[in-house]
Amino acid sequence: MGGFDDTFANDESLVAALRGGDERAFEWLLGTYDTTLRRVARNYVPTDALADDVVQDTWMGLIRGIDGFEQRSSLKTWLYRILLNIARTKGVREKRTVPFSSAPDALLDGDQPTFDPERFRSATPTEQYPGGWVSFPLAWETQPEHVLESDETVGIVHAAIEQLPPAQREVVTLRDVEGWTSSEVCNALELTETNQRVLLHRARARVRRALELYFEGAMAT
Amino acid sequence: MTVIDEGIPCQVFVELVTEYLDGALPTDDVARIEAHLALCPGCASVVEQLRETVRLARQIREDDVSRMDPGVRADLMAAFRETARHRAPPD
Repeated sequence: MGGFDDTFANDESLVAALRGGDERAFEWLLGTYDTTLRRVARNYVPTDALADDVVQDTWMGLIRGIDGFEQRSSLKTWLYRILLNIARTKGVREKRTVPFSSAPDALLDGDQPTFDPERFRSATPTEQYPGGWVSFPLAWETQPEHVLESDETVGIVHAAIEQLPPAQREVVTLRDVEGWTSSEVCNALELTETNQRVLLHRARARVRRALELYFEGAMAT
Repeated sequence: MTVIDEGIPCQVFVELVTEYLDGALPTDDVARIEAHLALCPGCASVVEQLRETVRLARQIREDDVSRMDPGVRADLMAAFRETARHRAPPD
């Protein structure tokens, strides 16, 4: 089992196996990336059924394109780019907002702070700690473990991610849900490190806030 | 209640947490941030909360099961096989 995974986790042997018609390699790929692709596709199209179409077309794109794949990026990045092209085309056709439009500044939604300014002390002549906390945020370690580990808590995170602006949702999906590295996300989305991190920070801050409200509500009842 | 030190107000710090967690800040800034965190329970909580947010987001994936349609899977396997057959040198 370990040997199987190790072989295909290496891009060079995976690509060679796919070109050689090794069905185990293709099965491994389906098992490894299908759920990820489906989740990401869903960011671009309005229904699960359309996301299924996007993913199926992506796999067909891989089958047809593997011989011409020049390996200048990782297979994962290349696969993701195929998906992105197909999803964007379909997303436009379905009139769904496309995350990475031609207006990159708009996706950073200005220079808004991610934490409510009301939570910090104002700079007045008498204020000893301008920019310091008015009151400290609650430590979540005080939450009972069953609350932190509950499906409901994970559900809050899931719902908060789904409500994010599209570009933030896409970055946080890849970085945090899927566990991609910063450079993988930058390559796949053709984002600068800085913009990627701004989007990620905004996304995480909003999800953190949703959790904070949820925990505060749980404590009040 | 609030501690400011090393010249980083909390309001500025909270915007740097993702860069800090990614290891994307210059060494000098990391040292200032760590000095601040050692003294500021509010900012230390925010770092922990964002770590927890990431950990919970990761669970979404673990809870997910593949819902690939068996018919679609069979079609894709057939397409893969077919392409490989055409690629193979004639024998």
